[in-house]
Amino acid sequence: MGVPISWARECFKMRFFMYVCFTFLAKVRRLFGHIFIALGGLCCAADSFAQPAAEKEWQTRLLLAEEGEVIELPAGRIAFRNTLWLDGKRGVTLRGAGVDQTVLSFKEQQQGAEGLKVTHSADITLEGFTIEDARGDLIKAQHVVGLCLRDIKAQWRGKPRRTNGSYALYPVQCRRVRIERCTAIGASDAGIYVGQSDSVWVSECLAYHNVAGIEIENTTNAWVWNNTARDNSGGILVFDLPDLPQKQGGRVLVWKNQVLHNNHRNFAPKGNIVARVPAGTGIMVLAAQQVEIAENTVLDNRTASTAVVSYYIAEAPLKDTAYTPYPAAVYVHHNAYAPGRRMPTWRHRLGFLLWLKFGCRAPHILYDGIAAPNAVERPLCLKQNQNGSFANLNAARRFKNISRDASSYDCSLPLLPRPE
Amino acid sequence: MIVRCPFCLGQSKMLWVTAGLFSALMGLMAFSHRPTGFAPKQRLSEYGFFAAPLSALQPVQGVLPYAVNAPLFSDYAEKARFIALPAGERMVFREQGPFDFPVGSTLIKNFFYYCDFRQPDKGRRIVETRLLVREEQGWRALTYVWNPEQTDAWLEMAGAEVPVEWTTAEGKRQKLNYSVPNLNQCKGCHTSAGQLVPIGVEARQLKRSGQLEQWAALGRLQVSSASALSAVEALTDYEDVAFPIDSRARAYLHANCAHCHHAQGSAANSGLFLEATQSHPTHLGIYKAPVAAGRGSGNRKYSIVPGKPRESILLYRMEADDPAIRMPELGRQLPHREGIELIRQWIRHLKAS
Repeated sequence: MGVPISWARECFKMRFFMYVCFTFLAKVRRLFGHIFIALGGLCCAADSFAQPAAEKEWQTRLLLAEEGEVIELPAGRIAFRNTLWLDGKRGVTLRGAGVDQTVLSFKEQQQGAEGLKVTHSADITLEGFTIEDARGDLIKAQHVVGLCLRDIKAQWRGKPRRTNGSYALYPVQCRRVRIERCTAIGASDAGIYVGQSDSVWVSECLAYHNVAGIEIENTTNAWVWNNTARDNSGGILVFDLPDLPQKQGGRVLVWKNQVLHNNHRNFAPKGNIVARVPAGTGIMVLAAQQVEIAENTVLDNRTASTAVVSYYIAEAPLKDTAYTPYPAAVYVHHNAYAPGRRMPTWRHRLGFLLWLKFGCRAPHILYDGIAAPNAVERPLCLKQNQNGSFANLNAARRFKNISRDASSYDCSLPLLPRPE
Repeated sequence: MIVRCPFCLGQSKMLWVTAGLFSALMGLMAFSHRPTGFAPKQRLSEYGFFAAPLSALQPVQGVLPYAVNAPLFSDYAEKARFIALPAGERMVFREQGPFDFPVGSTLIKNFFYYCDFRQPDKGRRIVETRLLVREEQGWRALTYVWNPEQTDAWLEMAGAEVPVEWTTAEGKRQKLNYSVPNLNQCKGCHTSAGQLVPIGVEARQLKRSGQLEQWAALGRLQVSSASALSAVEALTDYEDVAFPIDSRARAYLHANCAHCHHAQGSAANSGLFLEATQSHPTHLGIYKAPVAAGRGSGNRKYSIVPGKPRESILLYRMEADDPAIRMPELGRQLPHREGIELIRQWIRHLKAS
């Protein structure tokens, strides 16, 4: 008789072997994919020509729009080769005949990184159209006070791929943003992305086949409620990132959303923060403060149903001294998770680690356990989560001593105000 | 049945004509009820900045030609720059940022291509003339597109595409669908804290071969003392290899990127600030992770990895020609080979910390 076999070690070896085989197979598959795409590119002829005259007409309309004007886009397809840009206006509405009735297509785009762009404006409403296939972002709004996006479908057609643009709906550095009944499909970063803004309302939206469904970043006072984020790599993300003009977000309510099977392969280009989000993430809070995650239905997200993590988990260098890399006052309560087995992704270190430690029974609520030294505020409170199994990953100690004990996080925090 | 367009024009030309008429009409509507002050002219010649023939770009008395140390790359277009000040008035020197200009001033920038860059005297094609006009409430941008006959240029608000062709300094034929910006695109770069502002008319760009001193002597520039002029740290001419690589590269980034990439510019949300005075390494891009670059990151992790140009997003975006990836976002379709080489050298020489 030799040394008794360590069951854990054997299990580890087997799992590691399977991991190696799996990643090898995935690489081979991807290589073949490239070859087919290359062949396809050789055979395809260019699409029909765009209409510069129509494009010019609409751009002129936007340049000359007066306060209170409603610019009606007719039903039909309008092709653009250049960014359509609204700047320095107040009280202008751009209204289409409805989703899939009016289609603004940027398939043939040659200039500009966005489809539709709104800058330095106030009280702008965009509604009732489909916008698709821009080279960069579909709708970007910057420095707009009072922005309403309503009944818009923003999409990249075809299979979700890395070459799709970054954001479908992208308000940044805006105030009073309302996004409702919009659909975002196929973004290689985030479908609905609100960055460095204040007073934000996102409701009744649908996001699928994006890397991140809905992302709220360095933004204060945001309500994300009654949305559906499904089949993305990550469903709903609340992030605070360093080195930005608007340093810290906070008071973000994620309420009554459906966050379902966000297990899509992460197809974000590397370097972007979302490329570091493991496929199978339901809701993730990264370094954000005062976030309330309540009454959501979070089902079938294979890796992390709800993760609360610090910026350090992203393993990126940090030099911004005015930035707090830790989550604080995150209150996760009354969410519904499903019992049963889930297989964490192997394409991400965190997923693989979860699988090593827990197999197919990874806990739903994950906390990386990296807290501010001598923090007074509670980083995290958990209450009444249905099937809400918990683990503190103790990432600071190299994921040793993972703790399943939720008792020290059994507390409550003041509720954030609810939308009307 | 074949429907024929009137005037024997093809369908596509008809569209252009309709669009032209439409924009002219809308232009008239927009400008007709403006109260007082400046009214944009429909043709460049109406301003009287240049003596006849217009295409010689010979300034009339009182219109000052000027040059900058580090020019913006604009698809290899050459530029002829002028300042028109109201009679008897002066611009006011400022240490940082653009000079102050009296109401009624106009900055004039003509974009042209030599037919053959090896022999400039063989003729040129002027494509557009951009004006920045100082009005009571601020600056206004206007673009005029030249006709192929080079007799005059017409106001174009919604931008245009002009096919151009030239022989490069290396003797190669180059074709380009030159893009004339629309008014919003002008503002896309010429913006600071939401206001339209000039870019190049700042002390560090204009201090070259006695230009500022000459203007002061002519009484066109108001400056508190001569020492204020001599204290200006001029930008390096980035094409001049006699200067150290660091100052050349920083001058290049200042002129080509910093108009958007500064704390008040349109790329402020990126946190990447490239003005010549920036000293924070992360804001300069060193080991700075991208924020909203999307596929602009090109699978690279940081804006600048010292010593490793191939891992630096900055260089990737300078080399790119995809409109969603390339930088600068506006005003460039061709890669600037010399600029790319300069930045590549610079990143290679940066020391890893």
